[in-house]
Amino acid sequence: MSETLAAADGRDPLGRDTIPKFIAYNGQHRRDRPAMREKDLGIWQSWTWGEVAAKVRQLACGLAEAGFQRGDKLAIIGDNRPELYWSLAAVQSLGGIPVPIYQDSVADEVQYVIDHAEARFAIAENQEQVDKLLTIKDRLPRLKTIIYSDPRGLRHYNQPFLLSLETVMERGAAFEKANPGFYDAEMAKGSGSDVSIICYTSGTTGRPKGVMLSHDNVVRSATLAIAFDKINEDDEILAYLPLAWVGDNFISYAEAAIAGFCVNCPESGETVLSDLREIGPTYFFAPPRIFENLLTTVMIRIEDASAIKRRMFHYFIGVAKKVGRSILEGKPVALGDRLLYAIGDLLVYGPLKNVLGMSRLRLAYTAGEAIGPDIFDFFRALGINLKQLYGQTECTVYLCQQKDDDVRSDTVGPPAPGIELRIDEQTGEVLYRSPGVFVGYYKDEAATAEAKTPDGWVHTGDAGVFTDDGHLRIIDRAKDVGRLNDGSLFAPKYVENKLKFFPFIKEAVVFGHQRDYATAFINIDLGAVGSWAERNAIAYTSYADLAGRPEVYAQIKNCIEQVNRDLASDSSMAACQIRRFLILHKELDADDGELTRTRKVRRRIIAERYGELIEALYSDKQAVAVEAKITFEDGRTGTFKANLAIQGAETFIPMRKAG
Amino acid sequence: MNPAQKTIGDVLLKVENISLSFGGVKALTNISFEIREHEILAIIGPNGAGKSSMLNCINGFYHPQEGTITFKGQPRKQMRPHEAAKQGIARTFQNIALFKGMSTLDNIMTGRLLKMKSGLLSSAIYKGPAEKEQIEHREFCERIIDFLEIEAIRKVPVGRLPYGLQKRVELGRALAAEPTLLLLDEPMAGMNLEEKQDMCRFILDVNDEFGTTICLIEHDMGVVMDISDRIVVLDYGRKIGDGLPDEIKRNQAVIDAYLGVQH
Repeated sequence: MSETLAAADGRDPLGRDTIPKFIAYNGQHRRDRPAMREKDLGIWQSWTWGEVAAKVRQLACGLAEAGFQRGDKLAIIGDNRPELYWSLAAVQSLGGIPVPIYQDSVADEVQYVIDHAEARFAIAENQEQVDKLLTIKDRLPRLKTIIYSDPRGLRHYNQPFLLSLETVMERGAAFEKANPGFYDAEMAKGSGSDVSIICYTSGTTGRPKGVMLSHDNVVRSATLAIAFDKINEDDEILAYLPLAWVGDNFISYAEAAIAGFCVNCPESGETVLSDLREIGPTYFFAPPRIFENLLTTVMIRIEDASAIKRRMFHYFIGVAKKVGRSILEGKPVALGDRLLYAIGDLLVYGPLKNVLGMSRLRLAYTAGEAIGPDIFDFFRALGINLKQLYGQTECTVYLCQQKDDDVRSDTVGPPAPGIELRIDEQTGEVLYRSPGVFVGYYKDEAATAEAKTPDGWVHTGDAGVFTDDGHLRIIDRAKDVGRLNDGSLFAPKYVENKLKFFPFIKEAVVFGHQRDYATAFINIDLGAVGSWAERNAIAYTSYADLAGRPEVYAQIKNCIEQVNRDLASDSSMAACQIRRFLILHKELDADDGELTRTRKVRRRIIAERYGELIEALYSDKQAVAVEAKITFEDGRTGTFKANLAIQGAETFIPMRKAG
Repeated sequence: MNPAQKTIGDVLLKVENISLSFGGVKALTNISFEIREHEILAIIGPNGAGKSSMLNCINGFYHPQEGTITFKGQPRKQMRPHEAAKQGIARTFQNIALFKGMSTLDNIMTGRLLKMKSGLLSSAIYKGPAEKEQIEHREFCERIIDFLEIEAIRKVPVGRLPYGLQKRVELGRALAAEPTLLLLDEPMAGMNLEEKQDMCRFILDVNDEFGTTICLIEHDMGVVMDISDRIVVLDYGRKIGDGLPDEIKRNQAVIDAYLGVQH
């Protein structure tokens, strides 16, 4: 359709500059096409664009009737429900700003966001969220009205400031009758430069910051992304990621309205996988963890299947791994292999994709963290167009997107259309300029000034390098990146992630900042190494014993050398190859303060606690004695003595591409 | 935030001078109490006190040798369980009694059996009135599934479910019969704390949303004291206490029965 052919800067040729205008347009031009579905009482209920546009209009009028003013904020808290998406649009059409809040936040976090955003209105999905709001209501003097959408369990709540969504809608309908033309006039007042949403980032340090995105940010970024992936009104998605996350707002709300496709809301958080299967989306976004879980489930199921099925599965997955990616990317493949792949599709890949709900999947994205190459390749080999993107809230979701025919597991692709990227020479940090650059942090000038340079570049906080052919590779948080003594870049997390993709390695800590070369601590995975030891008749008594076995050292050495070989193939990272390593006698543990509760390595604490071991790695000792204090589960402490071996690993000469 | 004080109505079921014995064993001796509309009544007592036998008498599975049971003002004697069910008494069991090979949804649908009117023939033909009826019943069951938050296990055979969820499905099946009186035999036995909390919430919600009268047997005193409006205490087949939770806590006979006294 011509309307989706946007200008190169992402501006709409029809001049629609806010999402409510797109919804109103869809309400006329796609009146009978499905806009939203929600599974309720076991049946998919649907709403057409015509109905959605009418609901939004009614809700907006209802809010206006309840005293909602231009510039007011509405806090939104709940799961992915159609009503909550409507409330986004209703608020925006009145010139207000929605502030979605993560539904699993505790009351204190909710209070901080509502208080900081100065929201006068809140909409909550159900009793659970209403209760949360009621416990903090006293501390939020500005909060005037709370609207709830699911009345269950709320029958006895009789606070005057509590309104059911139904009531608001009814009053809205009456209000509209009395004031025809009100809604259209209000909506027309909206312009692209208005703030469209404030997304509070879940900030790992300190309080969350409110990222203000303008309508222009969202509309232009979404329009460009739609053109990039040729997303159209026939697409289907499942909206299951938190509403408060900018990505869900972008895909399930902005892209849906602009491209006019249908958004499906799952029945509950627990039914996502079966709903996925029923809907069979064509466009799907998931963090790497979800793909990892899917793959693990498949593998476990297959190991329980009958021998014939198992062998058939493994044979055809082998075929897929050999040629699947080439077929997907349209590269030349021998006729025999093509035939085998076609048979495999009939017997294995097709049924498997059906079970996973991926039969119709045309476009899948993953982002957020590094995805294991095996997992990535597995899905691509099945013929699923899984790609990576890179971005953050401040740039309106994406900076880099992989192209359909040029997808790799270790880069995030070239800069997306309309986006300029550069890498700071000094720090290695990635900076960008794009139509999606955020307006600022709400009520935090200092942080805004820190993130944005005067000439419009924004700091991502991530360190990256460009590969020789222009793909961006994110290597680490900028503050963790260091230098080896010879001046070459040292990115510990990048190397650690590569190590952790091996099933034998549970955790790795790599050192090298201001040193001559890189070294590593390794934590073995007791499950994986233990079962390997069992199969190879290696007896062991404890974790420490197993970790110290020479056979285990040989396996880990193997893994490290593979990583080294991999690093050597990339000129910018070749210096990070690991020369010496040791396997720790105990697992790094959050109880000992060595990891955070979300299992991130705490470098400083480990460097302090294991200083001796690190020094030994940089000497020529072949072993080092340790005496460690350990905390048992019951809180008692004890000491542990062991002799840890240190081994060298082969390093490789960096290879440069010919020409 | 506080739910409005609920109103407890008239006597729904009255048990008078019930005695039940199996051969020489006297399970219940001369028991009388009342269950009032809209209340949650707990029956407690040490092992072998006769609690389950009492429930079995109420839903017509056992026939007491003496005494009368009056339900909704109608005295009754010698009633079969399915007749009790027709009158609006549903129950769950101490040991889960579900159809293990059937899905959650199908198990709950069995709770609607008494409400189904289509005969064998029209059900076999299915198209027409039987289909319409089936859809209505399915919708009712879906409301229960929604209420008990078990959407994710709708199609899972119950034999594969963890214990706590099976208990919830059993409650769902009892609710499917739209009972006026719901008998729960140890609804929280063998559950962990979180499952117990969930179950408590569902019991209170059922009582509140549907106005169902509930009579339950439970061993967890914390739960009993928290959720019940009134408590009846049995020991060795005799009633030793009857009253509000606070009165029961202070009742010497009850304390003796639970902690033991020197004879």
